[in-house]
Amino acid sequence: MLSTLRHFTAKIREINQRYSKPHIEMSRAVKISLLSLRIYLFVLVSLILYKFLLMLK
Amino acid sequence: MNIFSKLYYKFRKYSKAVQLYLVIAGPGLVVMIADNDAGGITTYAATGAKYGYNLIWFLLILIPVAYYVQEMTVRLGVVTKRGHAEAIFHGFGAFWGWFSLIDLMILDWLTLVTEFVGMTSALHIFGVPPWLTVLSVVALMGMIMLNGRYWTWEKITMMFCALNLIYIPGAFMVNPSVSDIIGNGLIPNFPGGFNGELFFILMANIGTTIAPWMLFFQQSAVVDKGMQEKDIPWGKFDTLLGAVLTVVVAIFIVIVTGTVLKGVNIDDASQAAEQLMHTNHYVGAFMAIGLFDAGLLGAICISLASSWAFGEIFGWAHTLNTKIKEAPWFYFIYFFALATSGLVVLIPGAPLVMITLFVQVVAVTLLPAALVFLILLLNDKKHMGEYCNTTSQNLISGFIVISIVILSTLYGISVMFPNIFH
Repeated sequence: MLSTLRHFTAKIREINQRYSKPHIEMSRAVKISLLSLRIYLFVLVSLILYKFLLMLK
Repeated sequence: MNIFSKLYYKFRKYSKAVQLYLVIAGPGLVVMIADNDAGGITTYAATGAKYGYNLIWFLLILIPVAYYVQEMTVRLGVVTKRGHAEAIFHGFGAFWGWFSLIDLMILDWLTLVTEFVGMTSALHIFGVPPWLTVLSVVALMGMIMLNGRYWTWEKITMMFCALNLIYIPGAFMVNPSVSDIIGNGLIPNFPGGFNGELFFILMANIGTTIAPWMLFFQQSAVVDKGMQEKDIPWGKFDTLLGAVLTVVVAIFIVIVTGTVLKGVNIDDASQAAEQLMHTNHYVGAFMAIGLFDAGLLGAICISLASSWAFGEIFGWAHTLNTKIKEAPWFYFIYFFALATSGLVVLIPGAPLVMITLFVQVVAVTLLPAALVFLILLLNDKKHMGEYCNTTSQNLISGFIVISIVILSTLYGISVMFPNIFH
């Protein structure tokens, strides 16, 4: 069990290393798109959390 | 003689084209028809019951929407030989890759639960207990999957796709008024004015047309099938045919409920099937069979989308051309997702309505990201070469993607806060 878990974490580390750098050309359009996506997701996740808190209340 | 030889030449030419298409056909047709899953059938049944034939024109608009989005996954898969999950990891790095993969896993699992809800409620109409439905579905999907050949899996799945056309004879059996369909359905109109309720239905229809798993599924299927660059035109045609068929099926569902159940509030498709049985037993039975088939097709494709994505990232063998011994993790993920989601439906008092609503909310976190990544990857000249998006393709797909993002976000918000648009 423990060795499987170790193997799994090692695999995740390897994946993180393999994909540590984006291979797409980081043009201005790509940077703006990714930034917009981050803001969008931040707002949306905040809304979901807010809804979750409302439900708990 | 000259005419006969010309006719013979044309016949040979077209029959060869059809034969070639039948070899390539698959991913586009399967993904599009599976898009009419249990949730989709409920949405279309509710649309017809609420607004009759009046929104058929809107469904027709969804043909190019579905085509332009899914067509991009064909090109991306063929050229890069990577599934969508791997393409995101490779293109945008580990952060966005993990975000997409984990989100996909959660969303697929939740959607699988809704497919089982649809399947069990459909067969419950015929007196089949839910546990037997879940057991039979898992066994059936096991038999389809474990034959060790992509080709066999695809052709069996396409047989289930053909069963999805059952709504067409059903619609003819309720004797709809053709003049009403043409007069009310084909001319753009907003029945009762553009209000919050109508907006919600329109958004729900868009939400069921493009789902995140579809992007991941079709791209991985294209790679697993081993499609080449020369196959791209056929892959596009396959996708277009699938988009047309999926909307045709949706329209026939709207015609059935719009003819028989107009003005009745429909919460789910099994309820519509039961109500239809009071008017015409066979039409109701067709609706229930179609709902079961839709759930089954959805389950087949959605669980595969997750298995493929995990296999691509973790480097496990991840093709249907392998036996279970050669790709144990690929099959384990497939059956684990299937069995656990099926079991949830059997738990007494499980929050199934909450799960159904939650699917829409989680989809909104993944769909915009997956679509934005898709467009950006299709504009990466270094990897896509001559198959890069052209300016006109960017304009069309950009417009479609922005519209989908806005509308699906509003839909997700309206699911969380139901009174916001009323």
